[in-house]
Amino acid sequence: MGPNAVVSAQNLGLTFKTNDGDVVALSDVSLTIDKGEFVSFIGPSGCGKTTFLRTIADLEQPTSGTLRINGQTPENARRERAYGYVFQAPALYPWRTIEKNVALPLEIMGYSGSQQAERIKRTMDLVNLSGFEKKYPWQLSGGMQQRASIARALAFDADLLLMDEPFGALDEIVRDHLNSELLKLWAATQKTICFVTHSIPEAVYLSTKIVVMSPRPGRVTDVIESDLPRERPLDIRETPEFLAIAVRVRDGLRAGHSYEEHV
Amino acid sequence: MSQLQYFLSLVTGGVCAAALALSLVTPFETGLLLKTFLALGVLSLIRFILPLGLWIDGILALLGAAAVLISIGVFTPTPPYFWMALVAAWLFGWLFVERLSKTLAPRLSDNGGLGLLIPVVFGLSILVIWEVATRAGNVPQVILPPPSMIWARITASVPTLFADFQQTFLKAVLIGYVLGCGLGFVVAILIDRSPFLKSGLLPLGNFVSALPIVGVAPIMVMWFGFDWPSKAAVVIIMTFFPMLVNTVAGLNASSAIERDLMRTYAAGYWQTLMKLRLPAAGPFIFNALKINSTLALIGAIVAEFFGTPIVGMGFRISTEVGRMNVDMVWAEIAVAAVAGSVFYGVIVLIERAVTFWHPSVRGA
Amino acid sequence: MSFATSRHECTARVPAMKRTLPIIIVLLAIVLVWYAAAIGMNAQWQNDVYRRADITNVPATQFIIDTWNQEKPVLPTAHQVFGELWNSTALVAPNKPRSLIFHAWVTFSATALGFVMGSLLGIALAVMIVHNEAMNRSLMPWIVASQTIPILALAPLIVVIGFNIFTGTMGIPTDPARLMSKAIISAYLSFFPVAVGMVKGLRSPEAIQLDLMHTYSASANQTFWKLRWPAAMPYLFASLKVGVAASLVGAIVGELPTGAVAGLGARLLAGSYYSQTIQIWAALFAASILAALLVIAVGIVERLVNRAMGARPA
Repeated sequence: MGPNAVVSAQNLGLTFKTNDGDVVALSDVSLTIDKGEFVSFIGPSGCGKTTFLRTIADLEQPTSGTLRINGQTPENARRERAYGYVFQAPALYPWRTIEKNVALPLEIMGYSGSQQAERIKRTMDLVNLSGFEKKYPWQLSGGMQQRASIARALAFDADLLLMDEPFGALDEIVRDHLNSELLKLWAATQKTICFVTHSIPEAVYLSTKIVVMSPRPGRVTDVIESDLPRERPLDIRETPEFLAIAVRVRDGLRAGHSYEEHV
Repeated sequence: MSQLQYFLSLVTGGVCAAALALSLVTPFETGLLLKTFLALGVLSLIRFILPLGLWIDGILALLGAAAVLISIGVFTPTPPYFWMALVAAWLFGWLFVERLSKTLAPRLSDNGGLGLLIPVVFGLSILVIWEVATRAGNVPQVILPPPSMIWARITASVPTLFADFQQTFLKAVLIGYVLGCGLGFVVAILIDRSPFLKSGLLPLGNFVSALPIVGVAPIMVMWFGFDWPSKAAVVIIMTFFPMLVNTVAGLNASSAIERDLMRTYAAGYWQTLMKLRLPAAGPFIFNALKINSTLALIGAIVAEFFGTPIVGMGFRISTEVGRMNVDMVWAEIAVAAVAGSVFYGVIVLIERAVTFWHPSVRGA
Repeated sequence: MSFATSRHECTARVPAMKRTLPIIIVLLAIVLVWYAAAIGMNAQWQNDVYRRADITNVPATQFIIDTWNQEKPVLPTAHQVFGELWNSTALVAPNKPRSLIFHAWVTFSATALGFVMGSLLGIALAVMIVHNEAMNRSLMPWIVASQTIPILALAPLIVVIGFNIFTGTMGIPTDPARLMSKAIISAYLSFFPVAVGMVKGLRSPEAIQLDLMHTYSASANQTFWKLRWPAAMPYLFASLKVGVAASLVGAIVGELPTGAVAGLGARLLAGSYYSQTIQIWAALFAASILAALLVIAVGIVERLVNRAMGARPA
């Protein structure tokens, strides 16, 4: 575990006990994520990618192995508000305006009124939602709602951003747009990002490191370091370098051979 | 013209023609207004050659109603063509409503006030038929007094009605309602932290809602005396359980993602309660408040059937029924109806202001 | 995510024992509180009894047992209430006026008659409202508004006038007349929830489901029987449960003002006239049991209908 490790997992395992018997959601996962990395987790349904993210966030508890966030237990890291979490759905509270939604974590964490106002302004600028502060979530499009939920996760300046298929419910065009914005945001804030996705192009386009996972039991089958430059215009996706990484990811997924056998 | 409209037009014209024919045997001066209406009604058959606007039907319905109302008491005994004119007026009203609702956009409630016109027309036609049928038909007052008589009774007994309203509504209902709903809410919050208590109390709470709780009234009268506290006690018991059950359900209404979000902020129990779970429970709580507004009034009135001081809406209803002062009973029921719907309406207004974000309110 | 949800689904399948245990404990707690309250609430009367009989130095246990077994207690205890229930059901012939079964039957027959009439009327009206825009616009606002007013207040009026019309004008004997007039109250109390629930149910099919029927160029009749009616079943049974409970309340309240001598409502009223608290409580429990049985009966019919329709058991 290097000094720069933000997330470090050793032989991590998680088994859910159900009436139908045990389900091994994570098996023997060892992984280190360094500061400033953009790590994508990709794999078919049930491969444990979301479970791993939730374990980092202390929303699930591992049943074996060790997991350290900034050198602390996940629970302590959560109590110290070490990360911001972006869920599959925006989960904005419909009774709060957009700015009040962004203010929610700040209120809970006890920021003063002036600090709240300053942070709301900054994060709303960051996600290009200035001018929509007084709107209610249901008055905004899906893409804007998800941007607001990213602003909410950024508002309290945690160094680690956990994103669970944040753009999964959006259409391709909006998704492309938000992906390039997310890269800019990452460059501007220098945060460490863990990103769960179903989409190979999305994973390759965004990441410095791609973790390929496979189900039954949920495990890591490949870790691919991306040598793409940090500056990535959208048309980088047509370059041979990009396609080479995408092919490797696809091979990794196929090696997990889950699609053909079960389903 | 739809099949139904075609049919209605034909029948209406036919009824008018038949009634006009019957009325022609009487002297020319009697029931002139009725005859005018019937003649115009026959003329409306022209629509099969020359289309008539739906407002013509509306005006004819209005004219018919007026003619029939004014002609009450002109004849003794009431001739058949009078009743046929009433039927014709009603048919014109129906035709008007049928055609108007076809022109309005389906399923849209507003339409700039026009949508509101239809239920008003319906309500007015019920009142007119009621008035005409009871007065011209010589229905005994003890069975059904005409609306005009009920209205006269209301205006003549404002002090009595207000005293009853004060005793039943302002004291028993409001106090019982506030205490019962408040208690249900507080208990729901208290048992919220204990899954054991929740799983023990919720099925019981659901079960109780099916029981005839008003039956506790005699016990409450025995315990708390004849005056309003015993009625308030009945109201408390009746309103407690719906509030308890709905609040507990509402506190569980927030989604798993929303609760996970609070957990990632390491938010405490009370923070989660105040910032997430209570706002999310709002629609459920208002649902209980609405159900309870009706239950409270029912509870207080029925409890008074078991004994009261000589004032109160339920007391008045049960004693005046016994004395066959039916108009007073109807007056009291009218007051109860107005009080009930205003009470409900006020809660709906508050609900719209508080849970403005909920899809059911947003859509309305 | 998928794991998390599957785990929640599994925890929902709790064994029956685990579900009933909290209810049993809460019930036990209620009984405990009940007996404790009975001591406190009946103490004053008990002390008066002792004073009048010049009894002093009553041991605490004797005092407690005495408060639990008074003849006209402020708060009768559970064993007194259930004893009275037992005495007035099992030990009396069911055709005697002292039998609670007799009274329950009187109330039940009015409830059932009214409930059937009210439900049929409510369903019929809902069908018309869904199919005719003018009916919808004329009636729906009034039906909805009528749910906000205390229509039960009309009960005494309907009972007395209905009774007079039935016996006077129509010459019907008193007992059926009384039954009919109570049934009318029951009918119109169950009518409103059933009509509203059924309208909601018949309108519950989604636009795409209706569009599908449209692509088959199905007639209004076919759309009704193949889509709207089956879709309305859950709504219908939910409102029937509300309706049957309301019908029972209507029948009981209908027994209050007539000077009726039969029925659970009359039993309540008689109990309150003569301060027969045990009798009041027994009548109240009988009414509750009747209500539960009625709701359960509707539930059984619901299950049978669901099975006949091949619906997934809930």
